[in-house]
Amino acid sequence: MNILVCISQVPDTTAKIVINSAGNAVDPAGIKFILNPYDEYAIEEGLRLREKFTGTVTAVTVGGDSAKEILRTALAMGVDKAVIIKNAEKSDSFSVAKNIADYATTLNPDVILLGRQSIDYDSFQMSGTLGELMNMASVSMVSKLEITGTDVAMERDIEGGKESVQTSLPCVIGVQKGINEPRYPKLPDIMKAKSKPIEEFSPSSQETRVQTITMDIPASKRVGKILGDTDADIAEFVRLLHEDAKAF
Amino acid sequence: MAFQGVDFYNIDDLLSEDEKMVRQTVRDFVENEIMPVIEDAYQGAYFPMDLVGKMGELGVFGMTLPTEYGCGGMNNMCYGIAMQELERGDSGVRSFASVQSSLVMYPIYTYGSEDIRNKWLPRLAKGEAIGCFGLTEPDHGSNPAGMLTNAKKIDGGFLLNGAKMWITNGSLADVAVVWAKYEGEVHGFLVEKGMKGFSAPEMKNKHSLRASVTSELIFQDVEIPEANVLNIKGLKGPLSCLTQARYGISWGAIGSAMATYESSVNYAKSRIQFGKPIGGFQLVQEKLAWMLTEITKGQLVNWRLAKMKDDKTMRPAQVSLAKRNNVAVALDIARVARDIHGANGILSEYPIMRHANNLESVKTYEGTHDIHTLVLGAEITGIQAFNG
Ligand SMILES: Cc1cc2nc3c(=O)[nH]c(=O)nc-3n(C[C@H](O)[C@H](O)[C@H](O)COP(=O)(O)OP(=O)(O)OC[C@H]3O[C@@H](n4cnc5c(N)ncnc54)[C@H](O)[C@@H]3O)c2cc1C
Repeated sequence: MNILVCISQVPDTTAKIVINSAGNAVDPAGIKFILNPYDEYAIEEGLRLREKFTGTVTAVTVGGDSAKEILRTALAMGVDKAVIIKNAEKSDSFSVAKNIADYATTLNPDVILLGRQSIDYDSFQMSGTLGELMNMASVSMVSKLEITGTDVAMERDIEGGKESVQTSLPCVIGVQKGINEPRYPKLPDIMKAKSKPIEEFSPSSQETRVQTITMDIPASKRVGKILGDTDADIAEFVRLLHEDAKAF
Repeated sequence: MAFQGVDFYNIDDLLSEDEKMVRQTVRDFVENEIMPVIEDAYQGAYFPMDLVGKMGELGVFGMTLPTEYGCGGMNNMCYGIAMQELERGDSGVRSFASVQSSLVMYPIYTYGSEDIRNKWLPRLAKGEAIGCFGLTEPDHGSNPAGMLTNAKKIDGGFLLNGAKMWITNGSLADVAVVWAKYEGEVHGFLVEKGMKGFSAPEMKNKHSLRASVTSELIFQDVEIPEANVLNIKGLKGPLSCLTQARYGISWGAIGSAMATYESSVNYAKSRIQFGKPIGGFQLVQEKLAWMLTEITKGQLVNWRLAKMKDDKTMRPAQVSLAKRNNVAVALDIARVARDIHGANGILSEYPIMRHANNLESVKTYEGTHDIHTLVLGAEITGIQAFNG
C-alpha cells in the first residue's frame, strides 16, 4: 500500500504567541515548534496500515527549513520516506493543499492521511481541499478505520455521537484523536533518522486564495473566582454559571 | 499541564536536533507512562514492572553501547538527558535504568567475553532480562576494598561465598554482577538467577526509593562457571562501572530538582495568602530564585561533563564533583519546595516529599556525599584522607 501522510509544524501549545510588526502573522522568534498533535495519529495510522498490508509510508510537509524537524520525528517513528516542499512564502490552506496535491499526483498514493486540523490556524481546510484537487473522496474526523481490499469503512465523530461511513480507495482521510495511540519513537531510531535523507522540492505553485489582513491576540481572560463551600457560595456558583459564563 | 523542563540559560541551543528529540521522547514517556503509576508504586512500595518492557522498547537500557548487541549506539549527552527525564519522574525508576545500563550492561560489555555479551546484552537492552550489581556488603559500604565475599577455585570454575546488601533490583534480577575477592584481589562474577546456593531476599520498610526494589544477595557455595568471570582484576573494575552510573545520577538529580522546582513555581503563583499569591512575597521569591540558580548551574556542569565524556577526556573526580553537587542541591531544592508547598508539600498529590525522600538515598549511594568530598580533596591536595 502506498501511503502518504501530510504533516505540519505548529507552535507548541504552551508557546507564548507574539504577532509580528506588520500585524498579520505570528512572529516565529523564540517559539518552540512541534509536530501537529493530530498528525501524530495520522503517522501512526499510516505505520499500522503498512504493518498490515506492507508498502511504504511517505511523510510530506510544506514549510521552511525548520519544518525538517517534524520530518525527523516522522522518520524516527518509522516512516520510510520524508519529503519537504520548501515554501518560506506566507501561504494559505489552498496553496499548501495545491502543493501537496501536485506532489501526491507523482506519488500516486492509495491513501492520504492527515490530522483533522492543524492546531495553529484551525482552518479545517486541508482534507477537503486535497480531496477536491486529487479528485478523491475525502472524509474527516475519522476515529476508526478499517480497510478491506479497496473498501474503506470508517467511523467519524459527529456532534454528540458517531457516524459510520464507507468509501473506496484511493481517498483522503483526516484522522481524529482516539483512532490509535501513537508510538514513541525508539531512541536508537532517532539516531538512525538523522542519517536518512529528506527529499526537497520547490513549490509547484505560489497561488493563494485567502489573504490574512490582521491578526490579534485575544483580550486576556478575566481572572478566575474562588468561592467557598457554603450553601450561599453554591447558589452564587450556579448563578455565575447561568448569567456570567452562560454555560446553560 | 505537561512538564516543560527548566532552561533559563537556553541550554537547548547547545543540544543537537536528535538530542532534543531524545529529551522530548523520554519526557513524553515519563508523562504518559510513569507519572500515572508512580505514586501508587511509591505508596505501595513496589516497582511498576510494566515499565521494564516499555523502557526496553523505548531504548533507555544500554543507550551508549553498540547497536550490534541490540543497544542504542547513542552518545553520552543522550544518555544523560534520558536519565534527567526519568528522574524527573522518580529516582527509583532512574535507579533501575542506571543499574541496568551502567552497572550491569557496561561491565558485561567492557569486561565480558563475546559469548557473555551476546548472551545478555540484547535481552537486557529489551528489558527481557533484569540485572543487578552487588558491591556493598553489610559491613563494607564506603570501603568496598574490605569486602568479605570471596571466591575459591574449583574444577571448571569458582565457588562463591558471602553476602551483599542494599542491592537495587536484587530480587528481580536474572543476572547479578557480583564483586568478590579471589586470591586477595577483587574479581567480577556473573551470578544467574536459579544457581544453587544463591538467594536474594528483598529488604522491606524503606522510607526512601519505595518504588525500587532493594535486596540482600546471599551466596552459599554457589558454583560459578569459568565463562561467567569478567576479565578485570582489582577495585578499578567496580569503580569504572560506578563512574558511568554516577555520571547518569548527576543528570538525574537535576531532573528531580526540575520537578520540585516546577511544582513550587506553580504552587507559589496560585496559592493565595494575605490576599496575594505567596509567590509575590520576597521570601518565597528568594527561594525560587535560588532554586533556579542551582538548577542552571547543575545543568551547565552536566552539559560540560557530557562533552568531556563524549570526548573521552572526563576524569572520575570530575564526576565526583557533579554527583556531589547536583544530588546535594536537588535534595536541598526538594526540602525548600516542601516548605513552599506548606502542608500540601507532604501530600502525594504533589511530587515533593517523594523526591525529597528518594534523594536521601541518592545522596548516600554510589559514593556518599562525604566520600566524594574526599575524592575531590585528594584530587586537590594529592593527599588521601580516607583513612583519617
Ligand atoms: C536504596 C539504596 C540502593 C543501593 N543500591 C546499591 C546497589 O545496587 N549496589 C551496591 O553495591 N550498593 C548499593 N547501595 C549501597 C550504597 O552504595 C552504600 O550505602 C554506600 O556506599 C554507603 O555505604 P554504607 O551505607 O555502608 O555507609 P558507610 O560507609 O558506613 O558510611 C556511613 C557514614 O560515614 C561516612 N564515612 C564513611 N567513611 C568515611 C571516611 N573515610 N571519612 C569520612 N566519612 C566517612 C559516610 O560518608 C556516611 O556518611 C544502595 C544503597 C541504598 C540506600
